[in-house]
Parts: sequence; structure tokens; C-alpha cells
Amino acid sequence: MPRIGVFVCQCGNNIAATVDTKKVAEEMAKIPGVVYTCDYKFMCSSPGQETLKQAIKENNLDGIIVSACSPHMHEKTFRKASEAAGLNPYQCEITNIREQCSWVHHDKTKATGTVKSVDLTRMTIQRLKKNQPLKKIKIPVKKKALVIGGGIAGIQAALDIAEGGREVILVEKEPSIGGNMARLSETFPTMDCSQCILTPKMVEAELNENITLYTYSEVEKVDGYIGNFTVTVRRKSKYVDEERCTGCGECMEKCPFKVESAFELGLSKRKVIYTPFPQAVPNIPVIDAPNCPKIQKDKCGACAIVCGPKCIDFKMEDRLETVEVGAIVVATGYQLMPNERFGEYGYGRIKDVISGLQFERLASSSGPTGGEIRRPSDGKVPESVVFIQCVGSRDEKKGVSYCSKICCMYTAKHTKLYSHKVHGGQSYVFYMDIRSGGKRYEEFVRGAIEHDGAMYLRGRVSRVYEKNGKIIVQGADTLSGSQVEIEADMVVLATAIVSREGADGLAQRLGIGYDKHRFYNEYHPKLKPVETVTAGIYLAGSCMGPMDIPDSVAQGSAAASKVLALFSADEMAREPITALVNKVTCNACWDCLTACPYTAIEREAIKDRKGNIVRWVARVNDGVCQGCGVCVAACRSKSIDLKGYTDEQVFAAINAF
Amino acid sequence: MKISYYPGCTLNTVAKQFDSSARDSALAMGFEMAELRQWNCCGATFPLAPDNLMGLSAPAKVLSGARKEGDTLTTLCSVCYNVLKRTNKVMRDSRDKRGVVNGFIEEEYDGSLDVLHYLEVLRDRIGFDKVKEAVKRPLKGIKAGAYYGCMLLRPFEDMGIDNAERPTIFEDLLKALGAEPVEFPNRIECCGAHLAMNNDEVVTRLSGAVIDSATGMGAELMVTSCPLCQYNLEKSRGAAAGDEVPVIYFTQALGLALGQDLETLGFEKNATDVMPLLKKKGIV
Repeated sequence: MPRIGVFVCQCGNNIAATVDTKKVAEEMAKIPGVVYTCDYKFMCSSPGQETLKQAIKENNLDGIIVSACSPHMHEKTFRKASEAAGLNPYQCEITNIREQCSWVHHDKTKATGTVKSVDLTRMTIQRLKKNQPLKKIKIPVKKKALVIGGGIAGIQAALDIAEGGREVILVEKEPSIGGNMARLSETFPTMDCSQCILTPKMVEAELNENITLYTYSEVEKVDGYIGNFTVTVRRKSKYVDEERCTGCGECMEKCPFKVESAFELGLSKRKVIYTPFPQAVPNIPVIDAPNCPKIQKDKCGACAIVCGPKCIDFKMEDRLETVEVGAIVVATGYQLMPNERFGEYGYGRIKDVISGLQFERLASSSGPTGGEIRRPSDGKVPESVVFIQCVGSRDEKKGVSYCSKICCMYTAKHTKLYSHKVHGGQSYVFYMDIRSGGKRYEEFVRGAIEHDGAMYLRGRVSRVYEKNGKIIVQGADTLSGSQVEIEADMVVLATAIVSREGADGLAQRLGIGYDKHRFYNEYHPKLKPVETVTAGIYLAGSCMGPMDIPDSVAQGSAAASKVLALFSADEMAREPITALVNKVTCNACWDCLTACPYTAIEREAIKDRKGNIVRWVARVNDGVCQGCGVCVAACRSKSIDLKGYTDEQVFAAINAF
Repeated sequence: MKISYYPGCTLNTVAKQFDSSARDSALAMGFEMAELRQWNCCGATFPLAPDNLMGLSAPAKVLSGARKEGDTLTTLCSVCYNVLKRTNKVMRDSRDKRGVVNGFIEEEYDGSLDVLHYLEVLRDRIGFDKVKEAVKRPLKGIKAGAYYGCMLLRPFEDMGIDNAERPTIFEDLLKALGAEPVEFPNRIECCGAHLAMNNDEVVTRLSGAVIDSATGMGAELMVTSCPLCQYNLEKSRGAAAGDEVPVIYFTQALGLALGQDLETLGFEKNATDVMPLLKKKGIV
């Protein structure tokens, strides 16, 4: 016979106003198995908890029920108290007679509330009788992290984790870390040079002995769970031996072939053996195999001839490397929407219509024009520049529904840069709204308008075309209600920020969620902004949505702090509310495997004594399982149960009603 | 191959040369334009209010009649094309509206017709490469500006003939005919359309800008796909700097290149004279 104690809380007047708690306690005492009942003003108070502990010890209770507020409020409190009194904490159950009873009933005679409280508590008692004592799951944690993406968010996360004394592998798919930030000229709102604030961090990431850089590499496969991930990384062949290369650059000097530079967004050319930009980290060139005549047709090989340390190997192949880590930070960043989609703006057809990121390169002192604003077609300094905002953003029909967030600010910055570099030049900005929320952001935009003479026109552009060597921009100025036509020398499009190509594929490999725009989903947009639904995988930066540098850095640090907290103990304790498979009845239909949103279900082989596989069954990985119960519902042979919420428990409660 | 053909009112009256040159060229390309046995005016404007179903009854009547004669309907005038194609889409996609309109015209039409512009027939059913092979009198050396106007392309979701902001179908045809297409900025701007009847100042300004834009890019010939565009451009050319630029229908250009008899192409019916240009280029 079980020995159950029932504690009914009055919650001051919160419960007692509509529920006769004394009566509830008396009624419960009549149920077989209940050996102790009481009601009390505040069960959660210290004296209340003391009463509970004492009652457990004195009456030798093997299960207790607290009829009080929602389990969200104090389940933890009472389970802790039970544990202190020597009871398995999962033998403590809560009946919610506040939010689901006293608060919703107004009957001051207490009749309705009392009857309902009695019913609810009785149901919990029957449920409790079927409870099994559970133990917290302990998971060993590998104290090494993987950061995917070497932009500013990823670099910051890696540096912070390394600073905390843990090892980090930083994977970057380009030959150098730095990401999109390495392309920028100056940054808003302080106008400090992007490279000047970024390169020290890049170098630090290279020199920090806790950080291992895997550049020119991509994540191929992710297995395992929090604390114990096994990740396969494809280390793309650089055709250059990283150990021996000194970064002298002789090979790049001598390479006779040039192709369009992806880093410079087509504004200039680079050699076929190259580093994307001069400050590249690591400063080791790679060979662009599809364009290399030596690799394709066995002609040339000039780089290998001039290479002093003889580190060029045309036969080098991709390597797959497996790393074991305890946590993963995803910081894969963003890209721009293809401008060609907007035929009316003439991008791709008119040479001097460029994207905002291309303008960054023109304004950058390490860019193709050495920081002078010169238009791509003829190198002339433009006397007037039109900036068009919201190209694709906030445009559900042709682009995306969301605001790209950073364009208002960087366009204001562009007008400033332009006016500083081209004296007497006139800039025009077509905008829908100016969204400059952020510290010192609004003042920055005002500065562009008031001090740097940018002409802001509220309205959309309908057409951009060439006429007599000028670019004619036709648009509406909705504030004056007139049509405007501007003759410009250059047009800059503030193109929508979109998720990286292949972002969905990576999310599927990692088992994390993404939205319809393929931006990754945080666990909770306010309260868990850098966590994902998959424990042990964290997010940082603009892979979650358009984000500026300060926010990306803050998130990199936030993700790092989460990783360090996880690494602070050797073992990690988790709630034992996980699914359990009955291996005897499981018929391996694998419905659970397809239903599980966390990839927590594995195939397990049942072997006979000789080691031959007899049959297969499903097995739940406790490290990954979140206890959502989807597999329980999906299982046709009723072979899966959720610990703490077994069918037996649930039906016992229902039957007691 | 036989394709049902809806000429529309203007092709029977002021744009007879558009009609005849199209029919002859079709035969030369191996298909017949079979005029619908019975047809009425398309209404000339697709109703702007979504609940104005009365405006759909005339085109729906045309479509339902055409469905009984085949599964494809082609037309030449941009406005007819616009009205018929959009009405067809409504009849196909909206069950409610289909019911009301069918009830009114006493037909059971379900929108299963393919409404194609003559240009689409050439591109998708015949193929511009086949057109190129059939050219006997290439329009060599002629810088031709293809003028799309509005109705052929817009609204993009309904028409879908080509990219509304940066179309190429017209230029591709001219290229196949041996001409040098000139992609000029105003080729998809409005010509002024019906304002020709009550406010020709606007038409003069807009059509003049179209011609200016084309001649500014070096066009020696304007090619149109709509009787109203044709009329407005021809009438307004006096206002533009490109005073002498001739304007012809694309089917006339097609017939010319395919080696048709000059008389059947009806150049004399145009308000502008293309012959001096053709002679200068040594084409005739």
C-alpha cells in the first residue's frame, strides 16, 4: 500500500477565496493510500516547506501531492524539498488548483471550486500511485567547441570560448576568416575602419593556442548530441601545404592567369592562386582548381616552380576529418539577394548600377580603387550618386517580406563616405521609411542629411536607364507628391539581406529549425536568443536574420558564454522526462524515427548469444530526447512511453475522474 | 497546324495590314490562323474593379466560343490579348466568378483554353530558330526598336509572356529576322493609349518620349504589336526629334523577312513610309 501525503495550499486568498481547502484535505484523507493530509496558507514559504519535509519523514511517505499553483511556478521548489526529506523528487506531483481552478471560478460559496479541486487532486493521487522513481540523466561533456563560420560573430564566439580556457575549432568555408565584415570600408555609427577593428581579432584567432582554424572547409555531417557531437569536416584541397607555406606570395606574383574576384564582387580580378585579400588569415594561398590550367590540362605550373619551400602539390585531394566536440556554435552569416531579379533597376545591364556591398569595396582603402569613389564603367569620379533603399526588402511580391534592418544605416554611411571623399558631389537617397533604432543611430542619419548634404527622397524608383552617358533615375517623391527624374553617374542598390545559399541543408544536417526565409530559429526569440531547440547547438549573428556588427558580436559572446557554462561541469544533468522503447514489442516500423523532430531515435540491433543480429528495434538517445512525446503518439504498436507521463499514469488519472 | 484566331475589332478596320501580314506569315511558317466562326468585341479594357463581372462577360463569351473550336486561341492586338488572357485566368482560377459569368452568358466555360499572343506562338510553338531558318530577306543592317507598350507584359502575374521589367521576346524575334534590335529605355513605357481621343497632348508627350528614347539609341525603325500603340506613335512622331522614323507592325517585319509579296504586307496603309529605309538598306 502506498503512503501518500496531500498538501493543499490556500495561497493566501488566491485559492482559499473560492476553494474550501480544508474540505479538500478532508476528502482526500478518505482515499485509500493517503495517510497524511493538511492545508496551509502558503505551502511554498519556508514554514510550508518545513511542514512538508517533516510530514514526509514522520509519516514515512513514499509520494506526495501539492495541490497549489501551476507546476511552472513551484514544481521545482517542492521536488527539491522532497529530495531533502529523502524522497525521490519525481514522486512529488503538483495539482494545479489555482490557474486551472480557483482563478477561473467566481463562486464565493466555494461549492464549484471545492468540487473541482477534489476531482483534480483525486486524479493526481491515482496518477501518483503509478509513478516510478526517476533519476536525473548524467551526460559526460567533451570540453571542446566547434564554431561554424569565421565572420565577426564566429570569430568573437571562438575568441571568448578560447579565452575561457576551452579548445575551439573554427570552420570557415572561404580561404580566409573575416566574413562579410572584411569587405566593409567604414562602420556605422562611429566611422571606424572595418578592417582596422576586425584584423586584430582575426590575428588573435590565428595566434590563440586554444583555437584551431579549419579554413577552406565545410561541415559535412553531424552526429551525436549535446556534450558528445561527432562532426565530419571536409577540408577542401588548397593544393598548398599549410605546414610549409610561409605566405611569401611569390606564387601569386608569378601566376599568369586572372579571374574575377569573388571577394571584390566582380569589381577586380585576382590570380588563380590567391588569398582573397591582403590581410587574409591564414595568409596561405589556395589554388582555384576549376580555373587552374595546370590542374585542368597539365599546363603552366609556374607557381610550383617559383615556390621556395616547395609546398605546392597539384595532386592534393579533399580530406574528411572527424572531430569530437561538446558544443556547436553556428554563425554562418548572410548574403545579398541577387539584384538581377529587379529588371527596373538595370543591375547587370548598366555597369554603374552596383550593390551596397560593391560600394563598400569602392570606398575601402584596400579595395580595387584604393578607396577612391570611381565608377566601374570608366573609372570616372561620379558627380552624383543615387542610393535606392529597400531593393527587395519589405517587398513581398518581388523580394522578401522582412526589413533588412541594416540598409538604412549603411546607406546613410555611404552618403557620408561619398561626401567626404568626393567634395561637391551630390547624393540622393530614395527610402520608404528610415529605421535607425540603435545607440547613436538616429543622430548618424541626421548627420548625413544635415551636415553631409544627402538629399533624402521618400518614395520608390520606377525605372533606371541610360541616356547620353548618364543614368536616369525615375521615381516618386511622395512627400511633395511629384515625379522626379535624377541624372546620376552611379546608382547604389541597398539589396535585401538573405540567408546563405545552402543554409537549409546545413540546418538539416545539424537538426536545427529554420524559417521560410531559411534563417535559423532561436529557441525563444526573447528569452533564449542564442539557443536552438537542439541542446548543445547555439546560434550567433546574421544566420538568424539581418543583423548589424554590434548585435552579431554580442551574440557571438552570448553563445560563447552558453558554451562555457555547459563546459563548466564534467557531467551535465538533465531532466529524466524522456521516451522509453519497449524492446519486446517494438516491430521496427521506424515511424518514430521519422516523427522525431530532434533525431533522438536510433536503430538498435538485437543480437543472439553468438552475436548474430536477430532483429532491429528503436532506441531513444537520452542525451538528445526532449521528452516532447511525438514518438509516443506515432508508435503503432504502443511500444514507446514517456517517462513521467506513461500511458498507465495518464489513464489512471482519467479513470479517477 | 491550325490555331484558332481572334482578330478583334481594329484588325478588321484600321489595322487590316496587321491582320493580313500575320495570316500570310503564319502560312509561310506552316500554320494556319483559323478565324473564329463567331466573335464579338473583347471589351477593350479588363475591368479594374474586382467585382465588376459584367466587364468579363464579353471576353468570356469569346473564350467559350473559341474553346468549342480548339484548345488554343491566338490574338495579335495587345489589348485583346490582355483582356482575353486575364479573363481566362479568372474563369480558370475563381470558381465563384466563373459561376456568375457562366450563368450570365449561358455557357459552361472552365478556362481551359491556352490564350497565346502571336509572338508566343512563334517563340513557343514554332521556335525562333525555325523562324530564322525561314528568313529569305533578312532585315540586315536595320537598327530596329521593339516597342512593347504596357498591355503585352502587365500585370506580370497574369500575363507571364516575359519578364515585365526586362523583356526580350520582341528583340529575340527581330534578331531572328536579321535586324539589329535596339534596347531602348522607354520600350515598356505607356504610349498614352486611349487618351488619344480626349487628351492628345499627353499622348504627344508620352509617345514622343518613346520615339525620342528609341532614336536616341540609334533606332531607324520602330516595331509595334498593338494598333493603338501604332496609331499613337505614328501620330506623335512629329513632336519628337526622330521625325522620320517609320513605324510598322511586327508581323509586317516578319512577312518582309520571310520574303512575302510587298503588296500583301500593306505598307501603304501605314501612316509612315518605311520604303525609303528599306531601299537605303538594299532590302528591296
